[in-house]
Amino acid sequence: MSDLIADAIDMTFTTPNGDVVRALKNVSFTLKEGELLSVLGPSGCGKTTLLNLIAGFLRPTGGELTLGNSEIDGPGVERGMVFQQGALFEWLTVAENVDFGLRMKKADKKETARKVEEWLEIVGLQGFGDTPTYQLSGGMQQRVALARCLINDPDLILMDEPLGALDALTREKMQSLVLKIWKETGKTIMIITHSVEEALLLGERLFVMAPRPGRLHKEYSLPFAEWGLTQDPREIKNHPEFTQTREEILSMIWNMEEEIMGTTSS
Amino acid sequence: MSAAGLRGFIIGALFIGLILALISCWVYGRRLIKTEKTDAVFGNPVKALGGWHWIVSGVATILLVWLYFSWDAARAFFPHAANELCQVAKVNTAVHPMRSSFPFDERLPKGTVILDRENAQLQRITNVLGGPEFSDEDRSQLQPYLDRAQGILTSMASEGSVDDATLQAIEGVAQRITDLTAILEAGELPEGADAAIIQARENQPGWGDSTQEVPVEPTSERGALFDSVAKPMAEVSKDFSKIRNTNEQFIVDVETLDQELKDLSAASNSDAVKNFARDMGKLLKRVDNGAVFPPGALDPIEVALANFHEVQQEKQGSLKLIDSFAMPSGTILAGNTACSEQGSGRWLPKPSDTFATLVRLSDPDVGYKGFPLLWYKQKPLSEMVGFLVPDFIADLIPGEYPRHGSDGIVQANFKSKVLAIATGNFDSPTVPVPTGHVWDSIMRVIAGLFLGILLGVPLGLFMGLSRFAKGFFDPMIELYRPVPPLAWAPLILTIFGIQDDGKIFLLFMVAFAIMVISARTGATGTQLSKIHAAHSLGATRWQIVRSVILPNSLPEILTGIRISIGVCWGTLVAAEMLAGTTGIGFVENVARKQSDYEIIWVTIILLGMLGLLFDLIMRFVIHKTIPWRGKG
Repeated sequence: MSDLIADAIDMTFTTPNGDVVRALKNVSFTLKEGELLSVLGPSGCGKTTLLNLIAGFLRPTGGELTLGNSEIDGPGVERGMVFQQGALFEWLTVAENVDFGLRMKKADKKETARKVEEWLEIVGLQGFGDTPTYQLSGGMQQRVALARCLINDPDLILMDEPLGALDALTREKMQSLVLKIWKETGKTIMIITHSVEEALLLGERLFVMAPRPGRLHKEYSLPFAEWGLTQDPREIKNHPEFTQTREEILSMIWNMEEEIMGTTSS
Repeated sequence: MSAAGLRGFIIGALFIGLILALISCWVYGRRLIKTEKTDAVFGNPVKALGGWHWIVSGVATILLVWLYFSWDAARAFFPHAANELCQVAKVNTAVHPMRSSFPFDERLPKGTVILDRENAQLQRITNVLGGPEFSDEDRSQLQPYLDRAQGILTSMASEGSVDDATLQAIEGVAQRITDLTAILEAGELPEGADAAIIQARENQPGWGDSTQEVPVEPTSERGALFDSVAKPMAEVSKDFSKIRNTNEQFIVDVETLDQELKDLSAASNSDAVKNFARDMGKLLKRVDNGAVFPPGALDPIEVALANFHEVQQEKQGSLKLIDSFAMPSGTILAGNTACSEQGSGRWLPKPSDTFATLVRLSDPDVGYKGFPLLWYKQKPLSEMVGFLVPDFIADLIPGEYPRHGSDGIVQANFKSKVLAIATGNFDSPTVPVPTGHVWDSIMRVIAGLFLGILLGVPLGLFMGLSRFAKGFFDPMIELYRPVPPLAWAPLILTIFGIQDDGKIFLLFMVAFAIMVISARTGATGTQLSKIHAAHSLGATRWQIVRSVILPNSLPEILTGIRISIGVCWGTLVAAEMLAGTTGIGFVENVARKQSDYEIIWVTIILLGMLGLLFDLIMRFVIHKTIPWRGKG
């Protein structure tokens, strides 16, 4: 079993001026293998800090993070990451980006080529292997980023606002792709987003986080991701349960933002 | 066709072609502007796109200006003009001493100028005599001297002062000028002139064919006519200069007065009186050559000269137009043994000559200072092996080097054979290797640049990634980098010698600093998310540097290389000028010392073209390696 367990995570930053910023306070949760989690929250609530902690780019100042049986200490291949802007290596072609991880491992070349073909097909980029990445559209770049992450066969996939920079239509297609991959591979996926609709649609579970200090505010268990595998997402979005939950979360975040504005102006 | 003739033909055709190109491009450009009148937006950047025809116009204009101001066009279209102008210049030089006595080119006649000056001087002495340093007694004693000096001046200008011999001489000179005028007007060539012209044409190099700028012997009928007048005219001029208005009475008056003044000075104790005598003596010296004539006495010569000038101008005909329009800013002057171009034609080498010089220097047997510009030479392979294989390899082989035996023979063993190979001491086939001034310069730049990149890029990346490296190495680099590279040159050349080592080290210093800074900028500019991505894809530290940070820094590094090439190129030329025996800078420096403008221009053009070539190569490399720049 490779569950992700966060146990009373604390994260404080000290600025060079000596100010102490509390980014996360006492965050605890368990993410079971194969679960799809989306995390929402107003800006400054520590979503990205949480993700960076799990990815291993940061080390928590308190508490413990474990994936499976090992404590998270530094970045690792078992935790793949997809970034907002793709963070592709623009000097490489699509195929070279996708097989980057395998090349770093010095994996067998034939096997690598086969896997690249396979993954390019899954993300819908067959035939684009030799295209330079800077010639791709934003949506295609994110498909490459997905394939690049998935080819390493990680236990946990972390996505930091992966669809934030895409136009609405591409975004819907990519949401379906994420759901499809979730279903077909059975991977544990954690998505950070600032879009409530996306969070509802791409979350079996949904955390709403609150700022100052960053903490888990409320957790939902949602059916929409399951529906999304079979139904048209637009129909789901018009479903009364969907709209009701959306309005609830929106007003929750709205109030949090108001609070922040209030404290800063006073 | 002679070399000069061929050159003239090519330049003439080029000149006309350029004018046609210029005109057609302007017409095309005007028409294009008219068709684009529908675009009412001023400042629309699209209007600055394209425009190859303006590029052609610009290039044509530069070449036309060059051809025109260097008198190359004049030489192409009027190949005999310079020689004819040389003959005219001879005549002018001959006439000039006479003409300068009359108000032709001057405002006043020479006699008027002298009298004006000396009268003023007398007045000044008179004023000084009225001063307190003279007693009344002095004044009454000295006044007669003044009066007598005034009398001498007056006597020179008075009618009848000229004696008969002088009058005859004046008439004689006037007559001879008139005779020469008649010859010039009639256009009579002296006997055998035709043959002489042909001979001269065959014997002397053409305009620009030799180091002598303009051939001095006439090569055309018009030139021969002027030449035939120039020699006798010089004689006339010489005789004219001997004509003096010095009759016997004048000489006696001047000598007596001079002697009395000397006696006065010797007898007197007063400084004021001595000064008076000295000033008066100087005045007499200035007038005793008899250059002042009564008004009208020299009229015959003046009239004759005026006539001569008129005829001379008329006989020049089209030559005057050629001189003013085809040979701008200057003319041709006659010297004692040669005629020279005085004007832009002198310091601005003619394109055809410059090109011919380049062709001449390109001949590997000629080269410059016994070294070709760019050629190859056969070098034995053993030399390269000896250079590449370190000698100590032989030391590593077990055993001893051979010693000579009692029979006096050295028996080679394996160890000594290896040493022979390591030192390049064996027979081998030869291979062609490039050589020459240009090659030396290029190799120095490439060697310095290569070392700079090899050491600068890793250090720059390191400095971009580590606070320690940045802080530790920054002071060292910033200590020497702001110093202009040339300021280091004297020191570096002293330490490393004037051969290649010093120059390469200097260029290395230049390239190193630039490469460090650009690699550092590149490394610092790597997006954190890319490094994060590489981390979570399982890359190690070294792999991240090699596969993410280095390629990500490539745009900055390549830009750095491009800048380095430019700066190295400039520094190299200056370093070669300072010291060394080969290289383009060396050639230019030697040419400068000899005022050889054509070779200077050849080196300038070579340097420009090589610099452009380097830049084009870098642009191509940049285009090929980092097409993704700015698109990530």
